[in-house]
Amino acid sequence: MRHSGYGKAFRAAFPYTIPVLTGYLFIGIAFGVMYQEKGYNLIWAAVMSILVYAGSGQYLAVNFFAPGVTFVQVIFMTFMVNVRHIFYGLSLLERFARMGKQRLYMIFSLTDETYSLYFITNVPKNVDEHKFLFAIALLDQSYWVLGSIIGAVAGALIPFPTTGIDFAMTALFLVIFVEQWLCSKNHIPALAGIGCGLVCLLIFGKDNFILPTMICIMALLLSCRRIIEGRGTPPADGEAEEEVPPADGPKTGEEVADHAN
Amino acid sequence: MPISAERSLLIIVVVAAVTFLTRLLPFVVFPKGKEIPRVIRYLGRVLPPAVIGMLVIYCFKGVQVTAYPFGLPELIAGAAVVALHVWKRNNLLSIGVGTVLYMVLVQVVFA
Repeated sequence: MRHSGYGKAFRAAFPYTIPVLTGYLFIGIAFGVMYQEKGYNLIWAAVMSILVYAGSGQYLAVNFFAPGVTFVQVIFMTFMVNVRHIFYGLSLLERFARMGKQRLYMIFSLTDETYSLYFITNVPKNVDEHKFLFAIALLDQSYWVLGSIIGAVAGALIPFPTTGIDFAMTALFLVIFVEQWLCSKNHIPALAGIGCGLVCLLIFGKDNFILPTMICIMALLLSCRRIIEGRGTPPADGEAEEEVPPADGPKTGEEVADHAN
Repeated sequence: MPISAERSLLIIVVVAAVTFLTRLLPFVVFPKGKEIPRVIRYLGRVLPPAVIGMLVIYCFKGVQVTAYPFGLPELIAGAAVVALHVWKRNNLLSIGVGTVLYMVLVQVVFA
């Protein structure tokens, strides 16, 4: 191979992406079916899944293809459904920093599932980290595009009743949640996410709770910083002097990975 | 198609651009080579488990607990996924069994 190491990276990454394969095929199919019912064929479904690449964003977007919907509405609603993504990059600034041409694609392809997968996946020792992450990102999107094409083609012809098949995505997030829970000593961040999400869902309702939840999570994590960092790491007093990161040192990516795992 | 192809394509491009911008924003605010504030590094470390917790709630947001079947299919299938995963730690098994169980519950048991 011309780009040595990519074949190896894709082979190593594939098993980790199988849960997303299952989930994306199912919810991708559901998207393709919905979009097809609006009168858009497989080419449209593929174009949307290649250019947009967002689960809930594309489900919502299906409603935009109707007379009378303004671009202001399109922009505002898309922003609201995707606003959580603004926070995802914060965890990956250093990990992506030394990626070359792939970096823009890594940022573009930062879906909930791919983002979550990065934090329960250990890069195998003999595989280049950047190529491995890139392989995960590209495999995930290919499942999504494939699923939406299948959905658009098969449409209502799928020979078995698919009601409830989208639970695959819920199951995937439950698995990721359990996995990170079992792998981390400090459960405050995970509980903060569950707790803030639940409280905000009850207060703001299912259509508007994500942004308040993110704000609550940030506020809680920031105000509990001493408690959270106090466990397993040196006391907060000395932290300003300690372990100042080398701005472009070779260790930073692994360091983030260590903390995340 | 309910609207013209040109307008449809434009909608796709706008949705794609807005989606990409939300993902790009932190990388623009904290560009390569610029020192990342400690508090942001801290948030970057602790946000993933919190976000995953939020996404679990997000998945269950449409569940009706006050009307039949009172969220029982979600509760049973969700509990099965968690229990199976704690026990076997096998992603495919947990997701596969949980999804099929849920489909049976909503299509047959609580139909």
